[in-house]
Formats: sequence, C-alpha cells, structure tokens
Amino acid sequence: MINVLEIAAPTLEWGLLSPLLVILGGACLGVLIEAVAPREMRYVLQSALAALAVVVAFGLTTLNWIQATPQLAAVDLLALDGPTYVFWALLLISGLAAVALFAERALGGGQSAFASSAATVPGSPLEREADALHREHTEIFPLLLFSLFGMMIFASANDSLTVFVAVEIFSLPLYLLTGMARRRRLLSQEAALKYFLLGSLASAIMLYGISLLYGFAGGFKFAAIDQAITAGAGSMPLLLTGMLLTSVGLLFKIGAVPFHIWTPDVYMGAPSPVTAFMAVATKTAAVAALLRVFYVALGGLQWNWQLLFAVVAVATMLLGSTMALAQNDIKRLLAYSAIAHAGFILVGVVGAVAAGEGVNLPSVAAIAFYLFTYGIATFGAFSVITMLRRAGGEANSLEAWKGLGRSNPVIATLMTLFMLSFAGIPLTAGFVGKLAVFESAWVGGYGWLVLVAVVMSVIAAFFYLKVVVAMWFQDADEESVGTVETPSLWTWSVLVVSAVATLVLGLIPGGVLTLLTDAAQFIR
Amino acid sequence: MPLPLLTILALVPLVGSLVLFAVKGPAARLIGYGFALTTAVLGVLATVLQARGVPLAEDVAWIPQIGAHYALDLDGMGALLVLMTVILVPVVMLAEWRVGEQPESRWSVNAFFALTLMLQAFALIVFMASDILLFYMAFEATLIPTYFLIGGFGGPKRQAAALKFLIFSLAGGLVMLVAVAGVYAVTAAAGNPSFLINDLVGTEMSTATARWLFAGFFFAFAVKAPMAGLHTWLPDAAEQSTPGTSTLLVGVLDKIGTFGMLKICLVAFPEASAWATPAILIWAMVSVLYGAFMAFGAKDLLRLVSYTSISHFGFMVFGIFALTTQSISGSIFYMLNHGLSTAALFLVVGFMIRRRGSQHIDAFGGVQKVAPVLTGVLLLAGLSALALPGMGSFVSEFLVMAGAWQRYPVQTAIITVGMVLAAVYVLRMYKTTTSGPVTDQVAEHITHDLSSREKAVVAPLLILLIVFGFVPQPVLTMADDTAVQTMAVVGAEDPAPQVQEGNR
Repeated sequence: MINVLEIAAPTLEWGLLSPLLVILGGACLGVLIEAVAPREMRYVLQSALAALAVVVAFGLTTLNWIQATPQLAAVDLLALDGPTYVFWALLLISGLAAVALFAERALGGGQSAFASSAATVPGSPLEREADALHREHTEIFPLLLFSLFGMMIFASANDSLTVFVAVEIFSLPLYLLTGMARRRRLLSQEAALKYFLLGSLASAIMLYGISLLYGFAGGFKFAAIDQAITAGAGSMPLLLTGMLLTSVGLLFKIGAVPFHIWTPDVYMGAPSPVTAFMAVATKTAAVAALLRVFYVALGGLQWNWQLLFAVVAVATMLLGSTMALAQNDIKRLLAYSAIAHAGFILVGVVGAVAAGEGVNLPSVAAIAFYLFTYGIATFGAFSVITMLRRAGGEANSLEAWKGLGRSNPVIATLMTLFMLSFAGIPLTAGFVGKLAVFESAWVGGYGWLVLVAVVMSVIAAFFYLKVVVAMWFQDADEESVGTVETPSLWTWSVLVVSAVATLVLGLIPGGVLTLLTDAAQFIR
Repeated sequence: MPLPLLTILALVPLVGSLVLFAVKGPAARLIGYGFALTTAVLGVLATVLQARGVPLAEDVAWIPQIGAHYALDLDGMGALLVLMTVILVPVVMLAEWRVGEQPESRWSVNAFFALTLMLQAFALIVFMASDILLFYMAFEATLIPTYFLIGGFGGPKRQAAALKFLIFSLAGGLVMLVAVAGVYAVTAAAGNPSFLINDLVGTEMSTATARWLFAGFFFAFAVKAPMAGLHTWLPDAAEQSTPGTSTLLVGVLDKIGTFGMLKICLVAFPEASAWATPAILIWAMVSVLYGAFMAFGAKDLLRLVSYTSISHFGFMVFGIFALTTQSISGSIFYMLNHGLSTAALFLVVGFMIRRRGSQHIDAFGGVQKVAPVLTGVLLLAGLSALALPGMGSFVSEFLVMAGAWQRYPVQTAIITVGMVLAAVYVLRMYKTTTSGPVTDQVAEHITHDLSSREKAVVAPLLILLIVFGFVPQPVLTMADDTAVQTMAVVGAEDPAPQVQEGNR
C-alpha cells in the first residue's frame, strides 16, 4: 500500500481577507495595465484603479468591522480584531490621500512630482528626451498599492515571521518610490540608497531578534510567545535580547531615536507625495505592529519595556524638537517634527492601559487617535508644500514662505491651522490627540513622562511657529519668494478635507474616540 | 429646552470675527462694531439674568471617553467679568478706529477688529466654562488672536514682544495641561472620569497629588495675572502693542489668571491652597511693592501703566488667598474695577502718545494748557488707579484690605505701602506730563484736544467707575455671592471679630 502524503488545503476566510485581496489585486492589475494599455491611457486607468481599489477596500473593511466578530484568519497568521480594523481604516485613508497627491499633475506645468524616466542618468540627454516626450511613471500607483498591502499585513500580523515578511513587502516599494523625484534627482537617489541600506540593516537585526524569540518560545505565534513568558520557563537573556533586537526594526520604521538617522534625508530627498505617505502610513503601520508585538506577545515583559520605551520616548522628543529648531527647509523641519511626534506616540505606548475600572480611554485608542490627527495635519501640510513653487520646482526653503500671509491669505491660514495642530494648540485635532496620549500615560503611572513630554511640546511649538512667523510677519524677498500654484481637484480635496477634519476633530472628537475605544481590544 | 443664551453670547463675536475676515473695505469696521454691540447687549442681559437668579447653565456631554462636558454657567464672578469684557471690547474698537492707517501697520483695521472679536469669544468661554477641559481649551485659544494682535499692530519691536508673550503663555499653559491630564487621572481613579469642576470638588486624592495639581494650575495663572518674577512679558508687550491691545491684554486676559485662582485652585484644592497660602501671600506682597516701585521708575508711559497693573494684581491675589468673605468679594470687585480703570488709563495715555508721537514721559510737559479735557480725563483715570475714595476701585481695594486684616494684619499693613506708592507714581506721572511750561515739541504736536470719538471712548469707563464708587451695592452683591459660595465649598469661616463689643 502506498502512503500518499496528504496536504490539507488551508482554509482561508475570503470575506474577512477581502480588503487585503482587493489591494493586492489592484496592484497586480496595475502591473498588467503597464504591460498592455497604451501609454497615453495609463495615467487615467492607473489613478482611477488605485483610487477605486482603496475605496473598495475601505468599504469592505468597515463592513467587516461592523459585522464580523474578532477572530484569527489565514491559518492564524493574521488577527482580525478591533485594532486591526482601526489601523486598516487609517492606512486606507492615508492611502487614498496619497493616491490623490500622486495623481496631481496640474502643478509644475502639467507634470507629476515623479521623474519622467527614473532609469535615465540625471542630467543626461536621455533624461532630457524623456522630459520632452512628457513620459511619466504610472507604475507609482501599483507600487503604492503593494506598499499599502504590506502595511495592512504588518498591522494585523499575529506571528513574528509574518511581521518580518510584511516589513519587507511594504519597504521595497517605498525604497523605489523614494528615488523617483523629478527635481534634485541625485539627492533623491541618494536618499533611496540610504533608506534601503539602513532599512535592510534594521530588518536584518529584527529578524535576528525574531529568531531569538523563536528560540525562547519555540514558536512564532504571539500567543505562544506570551504563554512561554507567562510560564516563566526558558532563558531570560534570550528573551530580553530578542525583545531588544525586535524593537530595533520597529523603532526604525517609526523613526525613533537612535534609529532616526534616515528620516531627514529621506524625507527631503523623496518626492513630496511619497514623503507624506511615508510620514503617515509607515508610522501608522509600524506603531500598530509595535503595539501588537509588545502588548500581545511581550505583554508579560511590560515592566521591562515600559522603561525602555520611556527612555526612547524622552530621547526622541528631545532630539526631534531641538533639531527641528535649527532647520531652514520645510521638509527637513517636518522630518524632525515627525521624529518628535514618534516620541509623543511612544509616551502613549508606555502608558499601556487597557479599558477597565475608571479607564474609558485605553492606550490603543489614544494612540490611534493621535496617529489620525497627525496624519491629517501631515497630508494637509504636504499638499500645501507641493503647491508653493519657485522656478519650476517646489520652494522648500523657509525663505520662500515669507510674506505668504499677504500674497495668499487662504493658503497661509490653512498652513497655520496645520502647524497649530502639530503643535497641539487647542481647538485643533492635534491638541485632543496630545491630551489623549498624555492622559493614558498618566493613568498608566507615568506622570513624570507626561511632564517631560509637555516641556518638549513647548520646544516643539517654536519651530512650527517659525513657519507661522515667516508667513505672517516677515516680508517677502524677491530673491527667494515662492508662488502658490493652483493644483487640480486631487490636491484641493486632500487640502480641504484635512483642514475640515483638523477643526472637527479638535472641536467634537467624541464620535471618533468612541469608535476607536470600542475597537481597542487585541485578540491573540 | 430654553434658549442657550451663554452659547449664543460666545458665538456672536466668533461669527463676527469670521465675517470680518471675509469682508473687505471700510464697511467691515461698522459690521464688526455692530457685532461687538450685539455681544454687549447679550452680555448685559446674561449678567442681569444671573443677578436675578435665572438658571443659565448648559451641559452637554462632549467627549464622553474622558468625561469632558460642554458646560457653561455663570456665577457672580463670571457674570461680572463677562460684563467687563463685553463693555471693554466695543470701547477698545472705538479707540482703535484708525489703527490700520499708520504707514508701519502690516494689517488693516479689519484684521484688528476680527482678532479682537475672536479674542472676546474665547475669553467669554473661559469666564463661563464650568468644565476644566473647556476652560483650558478656550484659555489656550486666546493666545492665537492675542499673539497676532501684539505682533501685527504697534511698535517696531512688536514681534519680539509677541514672541515673548507666547513663550511665557505657552509655558504656563502647557504646565497647566499636565495638571489637566492629572485631573483626568484623579477622577478616573475615583471611578468617574470627569472634567466638571463640581465633580472635581471633593474627589479623593492624595495630599501630594493635590499639591502638584494645585501647583500646575497656579503656575499658569501666575503667569497670566502676572506676578512678580513671571511678569516680564507684560511690560514689553504693553510697550510695543497698541494701547487697545494692551487694554484687552491687561483688562480682560490677565483676569483669567485671578479668575482661575479663585475658581479652580482655591475651590478644587482647598488643602493645597491652605498649604501654599503663606508663600503666595508673600509673593503677592512682593508683586504689589515691586510693581509700584517699577512704575515709579518707569520712563515709558505704557510700561508705567503695565507696572501699575502688576501691583494691582498683587492686591487681587492677596485678597483671594486671605480667604475671608470680604477680601474675596473685594478681589472680585477689584477685577471689574481694574479692568475699567486700566482701560481708561491705557487708552487716554494712548491718545496722548498718538498725538505726540512718543511714549517717553520726558517727551511731554505742559499738556494741560494745550489739551485741558485730555488732561482732566488723564487725572480722573489716574485717580481711579490710585483708588481715590469715590471711585469704584477704592471700594474694592478697601474691601480687600479690611477682609485680609482680620486674618493677616501684619501682611496687610505692609501691603498698604503699595497704596501710598500708587498715589506717588500716578501723581508724578501726571505732574511731569501735564504741568509746567509747554515744551516746543508738545506745542507742535498736540494741536487738538479730545475728539468726540475719543470722548465717547473714555466717557462710559469713567462714568461706570464713579457709579461703582458711589453705588457699589448691586455689583457687590453679585461678587459677594461667589465669595460666600467659595467660602462654603472650601469650608473656611471668617475669623471672629477680635475687638470686643463695647459695654452698652
């Protein structure tokens, strides 16, 4: 008798996984379009397809969020629980905003922010030829979707190996996108290379950490790691080293000190739409993964990592805020601001309170809300950045912003609003976000950290103010002044929605907070 | 549901401000003034209703997760400060009718009016809020219009002054934010997260926590109602901004400091207040004397007025923490009178400066002979500042002293020196600028006396000050209400009279 090796086909929860599949399918279809559709139709097809895929995925996510009970899916690789749906929704919203900014072609004389042919050598005749032919890379849309797909897996991974695979899925397209700026291409390519090298290194270190955790727990599943910690068996040094090294990869993606070095260069070199997407979506996905890894798998080590993150948070806020003071380039300034915000988010992570007696706002909800407000302001600010131009390119020097309050008060007012939201001034969404994470940290027993964070917010308020002062109180200089170009409906919609959301979430955040709070329970 | 009068009161100026940002041209001024007058009518109405005991409270759940409420209410003190705010704003607008017309102005008068209305809306919410988060948000929101008011209109170094103002205020405000987060933590630990001041009162917390929270709030308020040491932003801001902005700054905004000390610090943390009182009283005494001495030595008219305010804020803080019914109600009444009195002084001095083109005291001399009405008004405003009997400010200063004397006779005796110094610096300023021979410069620049617009600016202020001086009772009753309530909540009692009744 012959024994036939029986392989049971895995059962997949197609309905629950549909948002992921739609994004992946959209990306693959986009690759196909590149191959078969005529060149002049690609832009319309690709941008419409990308927008459609994101919207459909968002609809399916909300549908599942409302209907489905939290459960593990795809052979327990993914945990489809409240936080997953929350972070998927956040990622898809930022994905849609990114599609809109990617698709903008009205600025800079009918050209997108991306190189007309990324393969050409900067300054070569081939490049000039591609420019003259108005070539453009419509592959950016599938790349965006692939990246989004990886991020969504990252946010829902229930298994440390899946975490690693997801990091790679979403990082590779981002490395590519970073190098595709139309202006200052050398800078952009250099940024891409830096990002790639440092990112690979961080991933490798994380992988080592994951393998150590495997050695400790004998499994990749978060539940298995948690059980092993609770049981108390196994080698403690192995566990702690594993935890430390795993956190390196996650902190790198968040942009926390001391793994922040890449942020300013990459933010500055990448095309602004990509920077906006990275600043928001990468951070959201990485924070989601960080929360899951540390709250679910390593929850038993809380006393160890709370202190670790508290120290990292202080260093991150301090470095981000003080370095930003010295910046004179708006994108670099926002890069350091992104670092500072990573610190504020970590303040919330340290608190680690779950809903319960007297706690109506669990840490997860507070952090998700913070990310949401930060994302809105970031997309708003970057859409303004793409609009302010000089000599064909973006005018990123703060010099160019002088006198904007007089020449274009509406845009200056909107930018002021976003800056105030970043700074956490009341009546803007950013304030409620800060309040939420500070409260959860205080309730978690880290009152001193809140005090430090508040001092840092004062420092941080200054560089945002620098932009405000330049716009309203300084006179334009003919040599350097930028002009606001009128974008298409794509950018306008991002700008207006961001502004409205900043105000609405600043004044009546109750509804959104309720949604987030109801969905703050991890499963394992 | 009854009409939400308090919400409407706050919304009218806010809407007005948005309208003014949109409207162009000279008509905007009138529209803005119309909004300010409408607010004034509503504010007076709210005050009268409060005095008659009509319930005005509004309370809607706002951010349920953290227990924040959109809750507005008026007590006696709130009503008086609302009254003061709605009176001062149209007065300031009238005084700054031509503010955008100087060549060095960056922005038009429309922007000034719009920012003023926005500031008014937030200030009104602060005075009406009965939820700490709402209070805090409005408190911080006032910084935005104020920053632009200082930085946009006034002297050559106004941007530096605006920045200094913002640094101090943000530092104070963010320290308070820690305390606000702490309030949440404390009420959450007690099982019911809430930001309502009434819920916070009586919530159990450890002595140390209460003291930290008290310190957080008090620091922010001490920056706002500038107490000596944390005050340096005020003289700079007053010197560089227009007199109208200074009026709003000192008259309305700085009152938030003393208002908050009474409404939050004292009421919510009575034990911590009692613990800190000896130090605060000394601090207040230092403020009174320091402000007075600095005013005495000031060479700049606007700096002088701002230093007198620092001295007066010392009196108010002293009255609040002396913790007798009389001294507290005196302090509350003082807030109102000081608002009107400083406004008169700032604005009249502003009229002088605008004519002469210099704010240096030595640049004036013999103004009396060229502009007698202006000089007379200056004298009246000055006499109010030095609390001459017959002025409202006398009644309030006397009440603070009389009340505080019952508990702290020595400190009160020392603080009295401040009153004497007030007479000296006011009269010295008056004498230097107005008497003596008419200097050439004055004769050249000060060519006309007060215009009818300028008279309309100062008349209501002076009339109110004199009316409050002779008939303080109706207003004082409202202040007394709050004082009695505060004493009851804090659980303090007035000390028994120490002098035995004589034999009858």
